[in-house]
Amino acid sequence: MSGAIIEADGLTREFRIRDGRRRRLLTAVDGLTVRIEPGEAVGYIGANGAGKSTTIKMLTGILVPTAGSVITCGLRPVPDRRRLARQVGVVFGQRSQLWWDLPVRESFRILAAIHALTTAQESDRTAELVEQLELGGFLSIPVRQLSLGQRMRAEVAAALLHSPRLVILDEPTIGLDVLSKQRLREFLVGERRRHGTTLLLTTHDMGDVERLCDRILVIDHGRLAYDGDLPGLSRTVGAERVLVVDLAEPSPDLTGLDGSRHLSSEAGGLRQRLAFDAEQITAAKLLAAVSDKANVLDLTVEEPDIEDVVRRIYAASRSRPYSPAEASRPAASPASSTAMSP
Amino acid sequence: MASASTFDKGAVQATGLRERLRPYRAVLASRARSQRAYRTSFALDLGSSLLVGLVELAEVWVIFSNVTALGGMHFNQILLVFGMADLAFSLADLSFGHLDTLPDFLRAGTLDAFYLRPQPILLQLITSDISLRRLARAAVGAAAMGIGLATAGVSWGPRTVALLVIGLASGYATFAAMFVWAAGLQFFLLDGAEMTNAFVYGGRYAASQPASVWSRPLKLIFGFFFPMAFTAYLPAVTMLGLPGPDWLPTWLGWCAPAAAVWSWVMGLLCWRWGLRHYQGGGG
Repeated sequence: MSGAIIEADGLTREFRIRDGRRRRLLTAVDGLTVRIEPGEAVGYIGANGAGKSTTIKMLTGILVPTAGSVITCGLRPVPDRRRLARQVGVVFGQRSQLWWDLPVRESFRILAAIHALTTAQESDRTAELVEQLELGGFLSIPVRQLSLGQRMRAEVAAALLHSPRLVILDEPTIGLDVLSKQRLREFLVGERRRHGTTLLLTTHDMGDVERLCDRILVIDHGRLAYDGDLPGLSRTVGAERVLVVDLAEPSPDLTGLDGSRHLSSEAGGLRQRLAFDAEQITAAKLLAAVSDKANVLDLTVEEPDIEDVVRRIYAASRSRPYSPAEASRPAASPASSTAMSP
Repeated sequence: MASASTFDKGAVQATGLRERLRPYRAVLASRARSQRAYRTSFALDLGSSLLVGLVELAEVWVIFSNVTALGGMHFNQILLVFGMADLAFSLADLSFGHLDTLPDFLRAGTLDAFYLRPQPILLQLITSDISLRRLARAAVGAAAMGIGLATAGVSWGPRTVALLVIGLASGYATFAAMFVWAAGLQFFLLDGAEMTNAFVYGGRYAASQPASVWSRPLKLIFGFFFPMAFTAYLPAVTMLGLPGPDWLPTWLGWCAPAAAVWSWVMGLLCWRWGLRHYQGGGG
């Protein structure tokens, strides 16, 4: 048995869709080959409709692949779905898996029964999750009355109650405020440290990727456009951070600082924006260099936008195929749908 | 497998039936509790369900205030057919009726949650709810059946009791299978609740009528394909020793279990087909 927790080989999924009167084939996932080892934390990113959810559904046995194969936790997702369910926990950010009219505690009790936990396992794990996710204040409140932040924490606890080896999170922080996001990320980092859980998460939030993931997969029109770490991703696409400084008095443009590029000035130079590459210079060094030239009152650092990163990756992967394997396939990248007779 | 979680091993050790049923019991118990939690609301539900049952019974009575016999049966005998059909249907509706909420799950994408739990999808769906208010409806059916049994001239004996038990159990199973059958079709007709309701509730209505009044095409459809005649009419005819109509001889009442098996085979095939479609084409 291979040690991988997810092993996809040429995983492909097509949908027949009705487009007016004609039927078309839409390729949602196109020859995805990827291997994820136990304990990894992987960010799976891509634009809406790039094939992220379809991939997750194939990994968990909800959808049957059109072609290719996938092994999750050493099992074949579709025929071994029920055994796999005991080892995988999935959180869908926008779809509740709790019983909306039952108190959170009751939902946990039912899920413990569903996963055949012993009384000891149930009480230990529930206590751990309640403490780590700070659920104590609303355990007896029906799910429908929870705030979004509370509900998401309850959803995560519900998906992790049976201590799955692999946790898949589909947009876990969508719609959450900064504090709730932060708490959830801290919990996931801790869970991974304590139990060696493998994390696979889809997100639109760069913060999630930066704080949770040590590997990034970018998917574009169903194809893998990037596989590597975050610095590598920034290097590949040249995504820059931006230092915004508010100065005490109007100043000339701060050009010519090492490792940075002047983007714009506002209010006669009171506010200036400097792009810099995190590989070349730290924000602190750049700030020191700026402070030599002008009196800085306030500052913010803008992170590269994930949408922007993805856009750049897409542009790069279209002008230059990501892998030789892909280049040899029939070209269908942007328009991966082919007409089919009605 | 070396990498199996400790919980998986725990599940393997506890293979008893009790343990296997624990997930379903946990859900059903909490559903039942939550329905009874709001007493006024539950009482109103029971009341309205009772009213519907009584209205349907009144319909039979209205017909018989104008005629003395229908399809070779008198009012008391029809009462027996109506009661058996209604009791069996109400109990099936109580335990399987919520399968018609499948389109809601499909539209909201929440069926996926069932895939992430280690139980068969259909069993999870069946045990995802229980409609206790249908008990009122079942009570109307039981009362009608009781009056029918007492007044229709049934000769009591082991044979009658056996027919009654076989008839009710098979009727329950047949109606339950109709809900599964309809649910399987929902995968193809996302807005098909109306269509499948028509044949589930139409079937129930057909079941409470004497099949002798049906035309031949109706006998084919509701006598055999959707075997509604087997849920109440045929067992009652056999019990009462009445001559059966064309194509439906008296002894067929004993074959009610075969009708239930046929319905389940078709229902499960339909369900399987629907599930395949969901995993393969929909989603």
